[in-house]
Amino acid sequence: MSGEHGGPAASIAAEVRHVETLLEQRGLVNSAELDTALQAFLARANPANGARVAARAWLDADFRARLLTDANESLADLGLSMGGGLQEQRLKVVQNTEDVHNVIVCTLCSCYPIALLGPSPTWYKSEAYRSRVVREPRAVLAEFGFALDPATAITVWDASAESRYLVLPRRPAGTENLDEHELAALVTRNGLIGVAAI
Amino acid sequence: MSRINDVGGMQGFPEVGPQADEAPFHSDWEAHVFALNRALIGHGLYSLDEFRDAIERMPPARYLESSYYEKWFHAVTTLLVEKGVLTAAEVAGD
Repeated sequence: MSGEHGGPAASIAAEVRHVETLLEQRGLVNSAELDTALQAFLARANPANGARVAARAWLDADFRARLLTDANESLADLGLSMGGGLQEQRLKVVQNTEDVHNVIVCTLCSCYPIALLGPSPTWYKSEAYRSRVVREPRAVLAEFGFALDPATAITVWDASAESRYLVLPRRPAGTENLDEHELAALVTRNGLIGVAAI
Repeated sequence: MSRINDVGGMQGFPEVGPQADEAPFHSDWEAHVFALNRALIGHGLYSLDEFRDAIERMPPARYLESSYYEKWFHAVTTLLVEKGVLTAAEVAGD
């Protein structure tokens, strides 16, 4: 880094503190309120939400059908919404099958179903992932240790500011006796992004 | 015309690989930038689109060498100055 915001972590931490102090002095923000708002946001936007959606979809064919046609509306069944961010976003859920595997990305920046998955991991926002997953998805999946069957096609969904995607993974074999809660516990964030199998 | 953020399909970037540390924020200042930005947009000082644009019009070299939340902080301070909330001198601590 160079320029006025450059330097090591200690330097940028001081710059952020400095700007926050200026804004506090102008009465625009309050540090205690910022902290409370952040904690509240993180408590309600996390990958457990996405896991609940997948588990319900595996168990309830009617819910799954509605989820795949009008995801925003069906989220209300679970007390969830896409309004957890700064603006309501359109959600499209894409279902993995034996023939097609889905992966999500935002090539332009970092668009992500944050209400259902929480803040995105650093690699999701990296230029490496954004540039490469649309050109060589199979190679990128392999870097995650995910060796997809060569016969399975890959569809990559590029999110935008208004439109977000979530992958519905395939239900693992041998889980016929698990209940919704137990199924949800199997679902990982990376599985809902599409860079891991469940 | 595309800007530097439009990296889809661009070649030459390294392997991805999952990172061991996948906490939402790697340090406290990142969480502060995240919270600050939400509050400023919430107050209507600028919009989410203006924020995104302020990242995407960063000088290309600067964009590529900045971490994710460094880009955010750059955009927040850029907009605070452009909107007349703070002066560039104040942001720089002069």
